[in-house]
Amino acid sequence: MSDFHLPEDKAGRLERCSLFYTDVVPHNHALGLTLVDVGAAEATVVLPYADFLVGNPETGVIAGGPVTTLIDAACGTSIFLKLGRFLPIVTLDLRIDYLRPARPGIALTAVAECYRTTRQVAFVRALVHQGDKDNPVASAQGTFMRTEE
Amino acid sequence: MSDTNAPATLASLVREVRKTREYRRLTDAIPYTRFMGIGVENLAGEMLCRMTYAPKLIGNSFLQALHGGTLGALLESAAIFELLLQTDTERVPKVISLTVDFLRSGKPQDTFARAFITRQGRRVANVRVEAWQDDRTRPIASAHALFLLAEP
Repeated sequence: MSDFHLPEDKAGRLERCSLFYTDVVPHNHALGLTLVDVGAAEATVVLPYADFLVGNPETGVIAGGPVTTLIDAACGTSIFLKLGRFLPIVTLDLRIDYLRPARPGIALTAVAECYRTTRQVAFVRALVHQGDKDNPVASAQGTFMRTEE
Repeated sequence: MSDTNAPATLASLVREVRKTREYRRLTDAIPYTRFMGIGVENLAGEMLCRMTYAPKLIGNSFLQALHGGTLGALLESAAIFELLLQTDTERVPKVISLTVDFLRSGKPQDTFARAFITRQGRRVANVRVEAWQDDRTRPIASAHALFLLAEP
């Protein structure tokens, strides 16, 4: 990744940002996160259902931790898309509201949008759903610090 | 899962572990905490959670920093185990909301967390959690979380 600027075309942006799911971020890869769509300031990331992610063995419902990771990853990517390049960022805070229990056996999809950036801070919101955006599992709000000089 | 003495339900396992303090039986019964290497320990009479370092927890391979999501997972797990093991709640608490503050980057080493129940009502519990590595006075992340304990 010698060039930190993202290509103009959508396919190129998707391919470059996907490196954060396949190569650069081991924990994204360990959970099987996949970047499936990119917009001007929006990232869509899928977390496939897997038995090792279950938090309640009696119901098969996925734990909260993988959902936090999914949201954090999607939010970071949306900031790169908004700014058109890779830059060092750190998560300052993340608030997640769980709107309904996730259904077992079904993938979770996070759609994150970076709706505002300042010189130092990026503001992001995200929704997590299981196929129907009108019936979300979780909503989230995060702030990130741009750590470049 | 070949444990023939395994209790029939999670609730009965929780009741047993509260008495025997064999925390490993509970954290191994939950697939995600087993995968993440999150365990419960009694250190100097205090119940703590430990997330044992593994390379799969890394979020930035250039800086070798833990993924923020793994710290969120540890903090939330510590809150749930505090409620399960230190109160008499009968089922796995359902998280309503979780707010995480990331204070310092997580180094590639074991991370600890301690939860404090700030209020426990009949239906809702408020929990505050802190996570640290070498120095407890320099936390790397903190959280406050709301849990639903029971249906009306």
